[in-house]
Amino acid sequence: MAEAREPILQVRDLYKHFPLTQGIVFKKQIGAVKAVDGVDLDLFAGETLGIVGESGCGKSTMAKLLMNLERVTSGRILYKGEDITKLSGRALKAVRRNIQMVFQDPYTSLNPRMTVGDIIGEPYEIHPEVAPKGDRRKRVQDLLDVVGLNPEYINRYPHQFSGGQRQRIGIARGLALRPEIIVADEPVSALDVSVQAQVINLMERLQDEFGLSYMFIAHDLSIVRHISDRVGVMYLGKIVEIGGDEQIYEHPTHPYTQALLSAVPVPDPTAREHRERIILTGDVPSPANPPSGCRFRTRCWKAQERCALEVPALAVPAVFAGLDSPAAHDSACHFAEEKN
Amino acid sequence: MTTEPTVPSVPTEPPLLEVRDLHVEFRTRDGVAHAVNGVSYTVSAAETLAVLGESGSGKSVTAQAIMGILDSPPGFVTQGEILFRGQDLLKMNAEDRRKVRGAKMAMIFQDALSSLNPVLSVGNQLAEMFIVHEGMSRKDAKSKAIELMDRVRIPAARDRVGDYPHQFSGGMRQRIMIAMALALEPDLIIADEPTTALDVTVQAQVMELLAELQREYSMGLILITHDLGVVADVADYIAVMYAGRIVETAPVHEIYRRPAHPYTKGLLASIPRLDQKGRELYAIKGLPPNLLHIPPGCAFNPRCPMAQAVCRADVPPLYEVSPTRASACHFWKEALDG
Amino acid sequence: MPEPENHPDEAMEPAGGTGATMDLAQDEARGLERPPGHETAPGGTTEKPRSLWSDAWRDLRRNPVFILSALVIAFLVVISIWPGLIASGNPLSCNLANSQKGSAPGHPFGFDNQGCDVYTRVVYGARASVTVGVCATLGAAILGSVLGGLAGFFGGAGDAVLSRVSDIFFGIPIVLGGLVFLSVVTGTTVWPVIGFIVLLGWPQIGRIARGSVITARQNDYVQAARALGAGNSRLLLRHIAPNAVAPVIVVATIALGTYISLEATLSYLGVGLKPPTVSWGIDISQASSQIRNAPHMLLWPAGALSVTVLAFIMLGDAVRDALDPKLR
Repeated sequence: MAEAREPILQVRDLYKHFPLTQGIVFKKQIGAVKAVDGVDLDLFAGETLGIVGESGCGKSTMAKLLMNLERVTSGRILYKGEDITKLSGRALKAVRRNIQMVFQDPYTSLNPRMTVGDIIGEPYEIHPEVAPKGDRRKRVQDLLDVVGLNPEYINRYPHQFSGGQRQRIGIARGLALRPEIIVADEPVSALDVSVQAQVINLMERLQDEFGLSYMFIAHDLSIVRHISDRVGVMYLGKIVEIGGDEQIYEHPTHPYTQALLSAVPVPDPTAREHRERIILTGDVPSPANPPSGCRFRTRCWKAQERCALEVPALAVPAVFAGLDSPAAHDSACHFAEEKN
Repeated sequence: MTTEPTVPSVPTEPPLLEVRDLHVEFRTRDGVAHAVNGVSYTVSAAETLAVLGESGSGKSVTAQAIMGILDSPPGFVTQGEILFRGQDLLKMNAEDRRKVRGAKMAMIFQDALSSLNPVLSVGNQLAEMFIVHEGMSRKDAKSKAIELMDRVRIPAARDRVGDYPHQFSGGMRQRIMIAMALALEPDLIIADEPTTALDVTVQAQVMELLAELQREYSMGLILITHDLGVVADVADYIAVMYAGRIVETAPVHEIYRRPAHPYTKGLLASIPRLDQKGRELYAIKGLPPNLLHIPPGCAFNPRCPMAQAVCRADVPPLYEVSPTRASACHFWKEALDG
Repeated sequence: MPEPENHPDEAMEPAGGTGATMDLAQDEARGLERPPGHETAPGGTTEKPRSLWSDAWRDLRRNPVFILSALVIAFLVVISIWPGLIASGNPLSCNLANSQKGSAPGHPFGFDNQGCDVYTRVVYGARASVTVGVCATLGAAILGSVLGGLAGFFGGAGDAVLSRVSDIFFGIPIVLGGLVFLSVVTGTTVWPVIGFIVLLGWPQIGRIARGSVITARQNDYVQAARALGAGNSRLLLRHIAPNAVAPVIVVATIALGTYISLEATLSYLGVGLKPPTVSWGIDISQASSQIRNAPHMLLWPAGALSVTVLAFIMLGDAVRDALDPKLR
């Protein structure tokens, strides 16, 4: 896991609102689901940026926006300085070679009617300039080998493989074009615990071998910590805290992050007695109707009047400004502080 | 087929539920899948037994067999006894079994949305429990339903009693399922992956509720899960299952500190720990076995780092590690000490 | 705290190294790669790749309903192409003197009103039914799949328009529509009838195709292909169509049976096929008034019609069972 250098991907002011409509023949917009509501991010070459958040926080939508599988409502996504949201046609296709995705569900992310060889080889059919025709079979077999599968299985069908193996096939497909960035949307959530470790190890090894940058999106905080260099926490379409993995996990300053971390079950019964549990009250508000000001205020134990009026900026909190402390990382809270 | 020694539990009172040498098979077109191969465990009142295993371990099938909701065909209980308060459920007729199910034993499933009837209001479904099993009037049943919804901390229960399942969030639906399970104050609750589909903050809420209710009603709780973290928080006793058999049982503190089976050790080592940023994760090599062709001898032997010839030949019985612990490994001593 | 890293047994390799890659490859070669049995796993250590189509075919082959109906249909197709194989006479050479006579040597089914040989007419009648059935099904299936599939894939205004248009067609009662539409048609070829059936039949298939495409479109593998840069034509032909076609095949096969029955109904009412085309519907129509005195005139064509329709519907059932449960 390399240190940060140049941002290879920059996200600025990203918004994605899904319109809510009424009417059968003539549709009238009556509102919007604000799935991603103002996100700024950097991804540096060679690093793993973990994005954690619970369901409805918008992380999967953000992944789709990065992959241009959904059109942004507004905002810019800069790959090496070029805004990919404005691209289409051939230019977009060329960029796609550099940013690839690994999907969550191993049972629906592979076309059941195609052989594994065809699935992994499809990128070469779509981008014939990457590999000459005679070379393709060898490349596919190499990819199978790289992800730890027997290259002789090239003619088998997805349903003849287990979940963990299918994820490997999905990873091999994502690697075919030698991308620089891989966006992994919950790549191990659907797998058994003993298989998760295999796939995580594989991904780490591939990162070293191929110099990949990962955006690793998941809800499992333990796994995200293990693989990530930096971590961003999302809530209701916004990033509420972002920093190095140790900063976030050992010195969280945003109340949501603190609650999230305290809620994670730790496989250690002695911790049971010593843990301070923050149990959040209430439900996550609807993304169609997020609270004014700070979105987290409806469930936050520190909420005050200011929180309803002013949206907190994602920046180093004033109380830590200038301090050389691991708590001095970006956090969107008016009253950010460490918990003891 | 030798009878497996029953799992010794911490002896407080006579066990509420005792499963003895249960065997369940699934007869499919491609062969017979041995889903459960000689499982025995006991649960007492006010005790939480966590049954831990991955997919294919047989933990859910065992629970379904206990509740009597096994899909049959293709599933069949071929051997064993399930004693609830001393009475063998498998020998009862369907009518008696149904009375026990619902009134004395209740089950909570993973996905509340598909377990609740989408076209009936929540209040209706809760009230039905009282009307059918206790012969209450509709009016009384409704107020009891509101009371239950309050008890599981659904805000504004009175207003929401007429709402439909899809109008609630995932965590709320899970609470409603818990309410339905509790309605008739059963002695035993089986929770099959109750929080797996929930967010971690909601998970914490629901598990806390479950633990609280268990204490209040002094119920026995069987918690079926694959999540070692959740188990550490709530269980008294753990049984680890693999390929349809129990491979280890122990009180919760001991199993984390000193596991006595290579599979348990492997599982514990392979989960990334929030409090331990590690190097590479330990990963158990290989894949869970095909239940149609379980390897001979110890089912774990192809993946086990300690496997020897005897492991491939003899199925290990549950060796007694201590009065409260057992391990189905020929080399449990080495596993314990290693 | 257990310290697995210090475990004396060095064989516990982390899966990151090439050593574990080999382990996995060996495990898989040993046939342990079956899906974990949270559902009962499909069996055996199959060496060969098995596509979903070959799985379905394997199931079909073992289904007695399929075998029976396929044999009947094969027989029907053969005699509709070469009726001379089992009927030596001419269906149109009739002798009024034999009108309504019962079975006689060389004429096992007897004679109809005009004195034509019922047996020969029944055999030759198969051609009309099979032709109309197959052509109408092909036409409706192609038209329905293309329109419905494109509507499902692109959605939006086109989909809305198509749905309303097909609602209109659904609203037209088929037999009534046939009476109205076909009564103005002159000529004795099969094409007006086929055209009419296609016109009124495509919405049913279109609706199935649309739903099936919408379902297929939501799968991650379609997103994955888009993410790779696949264009719409590749998505439709390579990814959507093979996965959406199964329900359409099922519906079309069953529809075949109903189209044959429909043709017979229209011919019975006098607006379908007309003489000299030989059709069971025509024969049934002419025989229906004589049920009491000469039941054989009705019995044989009606029986043939029933068997044919039944065979196709049974085929559709068998195909649905083979394609349905696993192939999602």
